[in-house]
Amino acid sequence: MSGLFGVPWPALMGQLMLGLVNGSFYAILSLGLAVIFGMLNIINFAHGALYMMGAFLAWMGLRYWGIGYGWALLLVPVLVGIVGIVIERAFLQWLYRLDHLYGLLLTFGLALIIEGLFRHQYGVSGLPYEIPAPLTGAFNLGFMFLPRYRAWVIAVSLSVCLGTWIVIEKTRLGAYLRAATENPRLTAAFGINVPLLVTLAYGFGVGLAGLAGVLAAPVFQVNPLMGSNLIIVVFAVVVIGGMGSILGSIVTGIGLGVIEGLSKVFYPEASATVVFVVMALVLMLRPAGLFGREQ
Amino acid sequence: MSAAEYLRITGLHAFYGESHILHGVDLDVRRGECVSLLGRNGAGRTTTLRAILGLIGRRTGSVMFNGRELIGLPPHRIARLGVGYCPEERGIYASLSCEENLLLPPRVAGGGLTLEAIYDLFPNLHERRRSQGTRLSGGEQQMLAVARILRTGARLLLLDEVSEGLAPVIVTKLAEVIRTLRASDYTVVLVEQNFRFAAPLADRMVVIERGRVAAVIAQHELDSKRDFLQEVLGV
Repeated sequence: MSGLFGVPWPALMGQLMLGLVNGSFYAILSLGLAVIFGMLNIINFAHGALYMMGAFLAWMGLRYWGIGYGWALLLVPVLVGIVGIVIERAFLQWLYRLDHLYGLLLTFGLALIIEGLFRHQYGVSGLPYEIPAPLTGAFNLGFMFLPRYRAWVIAVSLSVCLGTWIVIEKTRLGAYLRAATENPRLTAAFGINVPLLVTLAYGFGVGLAGLAGVLAAPVFQVNPLMGSNLIIVVFAVVVIGGMGSILGSIVTGIGLGVIEGLSKVFYPEASATVVFVVMALVLMLRPAGLFGREQ
Repeated sequence: MSAAEYLRITGLHAFYGESHILHGVDLDVRRGECVSLLGRNGAGRTTTLRAILGLIGRRTGSVMFNGRELIGLPPHRIARLGVGYCPEERGIYASLSCEENLLLPPRVAGGGLTLEAIYDLFPNLHERRRSQGTRLSGGEQQMLAVARILRTGARLLLLDEVSEGLAPVIVTKLAEVIRTLRASDYTVVLVEQNFRFAAPLADRMVVIERGRVAAVIAQHELDSKRDFLQEVLGV
């Protein structure tokens, strides 16, 4: 037997791998959104724009200052995180007591402004970012070739997601975060600086978007619209996983990437919509999402 | 302010949005004292505790604690000065295990109970330490809510309705704990509906009515003022 339902194995495995790569991006981005929604109660529409900013900062670093991929991977998330902290202190902190809608509109506006600035400067055509030398080439797995860079993206994404999950579920800082998410006022009454945690959570969440941007730069072309192309699917992932659920965002992100990849093999016409079909089904059966708690 | 005066509230007004709840509460609590706030539901007892911690919309007046003015400080800074709070709704976190709930409040001063000492005091919590906080029984959750603030070294404890809805055995246990705390120089402000629970514990009873202090009754005056208390509290 040389395939499944008439699809040859190499094609199947290739799409599965692509699905895992896309799923890795969905997972990192929706994880950041989940952390932010949990702590700030804000649906961060600027997430895609900050992911794009991450990719551009990596590109600019290499182009203007000769900062390579390795350094970009460390520095860009910190820089984007700082941008996030400034946004939180300057704008978002005034919206926490208001309806979700205000945060959504404000971050949507910010996304348009950030994208507009990059479009103004760089246009909409993609800018190339070379795969760093040590990560070029491919592993021969016998049944398929696995490009090293794709394996790297999956590995980094899984480690970052796992690390974040461990910090949130198993450490003292994580206990503070969970407590502040569940009952911020009481948590403050115990002497925990909740506003500081909120600021850091936003910085961390968008820092993850920045990291995803750097990882994406060599895979997709760097262009100002790369965030808005991706973010709609990521929001669907967040809804399917359950708003604010950490584990849900990770599992759903990777799972949907794979489902999307496989649908490209079996029924390519559906690959662009399969995520939204899943979303509709999940919302009918479990309105709070797969991992969400009913309110 | 005399050295013995630990907490001094003067002219405290508190607001939830448009509604004006406290209308000038005046209250002194000395170090090592146990004071019980009595009154009908909605009289402003819980709001007084929440106003001390800054957990309400807006407050004016003065709350001096250990020589520091608390009005204007955010809640986490007030807690750090050594104020422990056990809320009426218990406030056990569902996303934390029993032990994580216990370890959540940071230490604010030396001299708090160790985890071992707390488990000696409340053996049930040791048994249930890995359970999700809200899976504990009502009594266990109440013990957890009290135990949680004994670890932190806070010397002023604000306890809101700790005996509410609990089995008599547990109420006796909590009374015992509060007596031990008083003996070790903790200062306790107790909001209570249960007069029989509060009366033997409190050095003074403060009756709150319509957001003001209506009367202060010392332990030794209890017998002579029983009729009055019955009238204002309906006990």
